Amino acid sequence: MAAESRETKTQLSRNLLGMKFMQRSAARKEYEKNELNQQRVIDDEHWVLDIPTLEQDESQYVVESSYAKLNSLQFGRQSYQKFNPEIEKLMQINNAEKDLAEAEEREKEIGVSDDEMTERYSSLVGTISKKFAKKRHKSDGQINTSKDTDTSSAKRMKKKHKKQFMKPSDD
Amino acid sequence: MAPKLGTLMFPGESIDDLKTDKNGKTILGPGLRRTYAAIHIIKAGILQFKEPNEYWIESPEKRYIATKGDSVIGIVTQRTGDAFRIDIGASEQASLSYMAFEGATKKNRPDVKVGDIIYARLQVANKDMEPELVCMDSTGRSNGYGVIRDGGFMIKCPLHHIRRILRPNCPLLKTLGDMMPYETAVGINGRIWVKGRSTIETITIANIISDSEHCSDSDMKTFVKSRVHALSGLH
Repeated sequence: MAAESRETKTQLSRNLLGMKFMQRSAARKEYEKNELNQQRVIDDEHWVLDIPTLEQDESQYVVESSYAKLNSLQFGRQSYQKFNPEIEKLMQINNAEKDLAEAEEREKEIGVSDDEMTERYSSLVGTISKKFAKKRHKSDGQINTSKDTDTSSAKRMKKKHKKQFMKPSDD
Repeated sequence: MAPKLGTLMFPGESIDDLKTDKNGKTILGPGLRRTYAAIHIIKAGILQFKEPNEYWIESPEKRYIATKGDSVIGIVTQRTGDAFRIDIGASEQASLSYMAFEGATKKNRPDVKVGDIIYARLQVANKDMEPELVCMDSTGRSNGYGVIRDGGFMIKCPLHHIRRILRPNCPLLKTLGDMMPYETAVGINGRIWVKGRSTIETITIANIISDSEHCSDSDMKTFVKSRVHALSGLH
């Protein structure tokens, strides 16, 4: 198939490929051709073992050979009381990063995750809307099931008379 | 048998019922090996656990085994064509490429001589290959790695003591830092380089660090203070 697609491509003439500035192109063409031939040779003689592929069971265990990571050790280069300002600066950056990571970790434990938030909010929206719906129904004097709220609300809109300012009775 | 945390374990014992994280994974550290049936202890020591799912064995050690990612202190022993040979105290010497320094190019080689000490990170470390060091982080900055110059003093410590010194809650380096200005480079391979304002201070700091091995965290402050105060008479 690859050979076909190559044939459909515009062919460069031999004279053109022979020119000096086309040498790289010519070399590439030659290389492609060789590669294609090689591929065919492999395809013909290639054979595979007819056995089921070994299923690698994903291990439950991960090996971590570094004591530094397990103990969450500090960086070994340290300086105190401005003995080496360069290192001191580095230490500050490292410590700030560590503090940030710790704070984030704490936040994650204490705070509410995105999933929980959506869960809670979706249920909250439901309950609150129910509350409002009930009130409106009460004012209408009829009780609707949650299924037909759409149609009933449409009806209600028709029935509802126009809101207008009511004159207070003068006493 | 459920793991008995904080107890002495011996090679050949096995543990199970290990805790897993959300993805059902357990992390096995040094001293633990998985066989088909169970997790076996392969090193005598105290079984440690860290939330949520990490287990390992902590034991007194003096022989360093190169581990990827460790920050170590090495001594340059040889200069070859395109790399230095560095002694890091492991079973084999490590190689450190000329190009693995900040700002190094083919033309601009780093100024490193035989006998220099170097603070470097292990980039490649496994049991079948020569360990490889680098003196920069992934962004190409040196970040504290490189040749350690201008005097100072390097001492050797047992590996467990080094790990203890670098633990975030260890008061040793901090207490020392409150009492006098100094600089240090701690290699997880059991070497510490320190430098104080004067030779006497440098030696004092080195002695305090190596003598504090059997001092508990709670006694550390008084220990360091008494040793530093003893120094004041010498000035």
